[in-house]
Amino acid sequence: MRGAGHWTFHYGMLALFTAFALFPLFWAFKVSVTPNDLLYSEGVRLWPSRVSFAHYGTVLRHSDFPLFFRNSVVVSTGTAVLSTLFAAAGGYAVSRFSFRGKLPIIGLLLVTQMFPLVMIVAPIFRLLAPLGLTNSLTGLIIVYTAFNVPFAVFLMGSFFDGIPKELEEAAMMDGASRFQALLQIILPLTLPGIAATLGFVFTAAWSELLFALMLNSSTAASTFPVGLLAFVSKFSVDFGQMMAAGIMALIPVCIFFFLIQRHLVQGLTAGAVKG
Amino acid sequence: MTALDLGAPAAPRLTLRRFALAAEPYLYCAPALILIAAIMLVPLVLGLSYAFRDLVLLDPASGDFIGFTHFVEVWQDDNFWNALRNTLVWTVVAVGLQFGLGLVLALLLNQPCPGRGIIQALVFLPWAVPSFLSGLNWAWMFNPVIGPLPYVFHWLGLTDRPENLLSDPAHALWGPIIAMVWWGIPFFAITLLAALQSIPKDIFEAAALDGAGAIERFRSITLPFLAPTMAITVLLRTVWIANSADLIVVMTHGGPADSTQILASYIFTQAFQRLDFGYASALAAVLLVLLLGYAMAIVLLRQTLLSRS
Repeated sequence: MRGAGHWTFHYGMLALFTAFALFPLFWAFKVSVTPNDLLYSEGVRLWPSRVSFAHYGTVLRHSDFPLFFRNSVVVSTGTAVLSTLFAAAGGYAVSRFSFRGKLPIIGLLLVTQMFPLVMIVAPIFRLLAPLGLTNSLTGLIIVYTAFNVPFAVFLMGSFFDGIPKELEEAAMMDGASRFQALLQIILPLTLPGIAATLGFVFTAAWSELLFALMLNSSTAASTFPVGLLAFVSKFSVDFGQMMAAGIMALIPVCIFFFLIQRHLVQGLTAGAVKG
Repeated sequence: MTALDLGAPAAPRLTLRRFALAAEPYLYCAPALILIAAIMLVPLVLGLSYAFRDLVLLDPASGDFIGFTHFVEVWQDDNFWNALRNTLVWTVVAVGLQFGLGLVLALLLNQPCPGRGIIQALVFLPWAVPSFLSGLNWAWMFNPVIGPLPYVFHWLGLTDRPENLLSDPAHALWGPIIAMVWWGIPFFAITLLAALQSIPKDIFEAAALDGAGAIERFRSITLPFLAPTMAITVLLRTVWIANSADLIVVMTHGGPADSTQILASYIFTQAFQRLDFGYASALAAVLLVLLLGYAMAIVLLRQTLLSRS
């Protein structure tokens, strides 16, 4: 049995970590619901004496944020679906086959995680511009899919590793082709893995700033991060509206995160056990 | 085997079937590989070639091959050396703090206790926050008009009056570092927690029976078990943090007076604001070589340590 002192220390430390994790988010939320007249007159305090959601209304009605939000949803969803599709196929190959070139392919995927992405900002711009893929949501989807596929392949691969080979071998004995076995037997079992990969890629695409800034400069094709940054430099005085916009940008990723968090830890544990 | 194959050529249908079977894994990999090649490898090679060209976007007169001129410029560029120093501080401090705090958090969360599930979900939340947003969020926290931190620092006696840490050249780099640590602790905690949970429990019990204390058990069981995961995550995170410019671009734009400019943000500024793709690529090539050197040093170090034990 452990003493009371131990548990006081244990929960005390966890409370410190939780406070550090949540305080900045709490603060942004607090400022977003503070009416403008109170923001300056009340000084720094934990909660305003009057709460209003007027900033949210202003952002939704009098700014381009609904458009940015829509663009980000299109780009992130497109990227997540495409990446997961490609990664499921690639991860299946890496998990189930041994073939010539498998090690170099894995090495190549690892290398893509290592080199500075800022290095390819300029060349990608020059490659995509003549194809009409700059200032275009399609262009961003293609670029983000390429960035996210390598890690997604590893993630999907580790989920496939967790499913016994015998299952599809039995199906193939019964006359199904491997592809049929994959579609009808293996994929349904990998649904948690697919959900985790979708969520992970969605979050990554939702957060990306630098390439979106470089490739899509027009308002019509701006994603949420670019829009928010432009908003910040343009209306840098209106903190309430900025934070309201920021809080709204958080909502979709937080929902996704809560849904997938458990599966993600699971996938990483599987990878860690495998070595 | 070979002689047999040569002596009895397979029927055409069989060969086709065998070819299809052999091609199957490649077909599954093809979409991912083609995309990676087109969007990452081709631009990487192009980027390396830009480093040797005088390439400025929107300037039709540019584009000539100029050899190593850019690299000589890099060598003489004070901003580069300044950014390199900042990159070192930024990377070492951020990785060190993330790792240390992430390890403590993982050890805490590894002990079963009531409320662990909800605490874990809350404490991992910063990881879900887009990094540009966590940059903005922390920039607001440091802002004396709306943020609490200047008053906290003043109250602690660290500053004479409540002022913005981000506008003080001597300490501004701490702003993005704190934001990066806040954002990155969950990543280390998640991976280390996963590794901790894969340690067999009976080893601990046996050691406890033999009279090993908590510190002894940590040193001789937990650490060796965690070492491989630690090595990989620290390696990956170091490279990743050294490369990530968005927090700095969002919070300080590299200022004030370049005091927070790291190589990655300097490269981005050169490409995005000055449109000097040639010089940006030369800087990026230098960063790539430095990171490759670092990765190789780590791998070699690991080999030496492994062969010694």
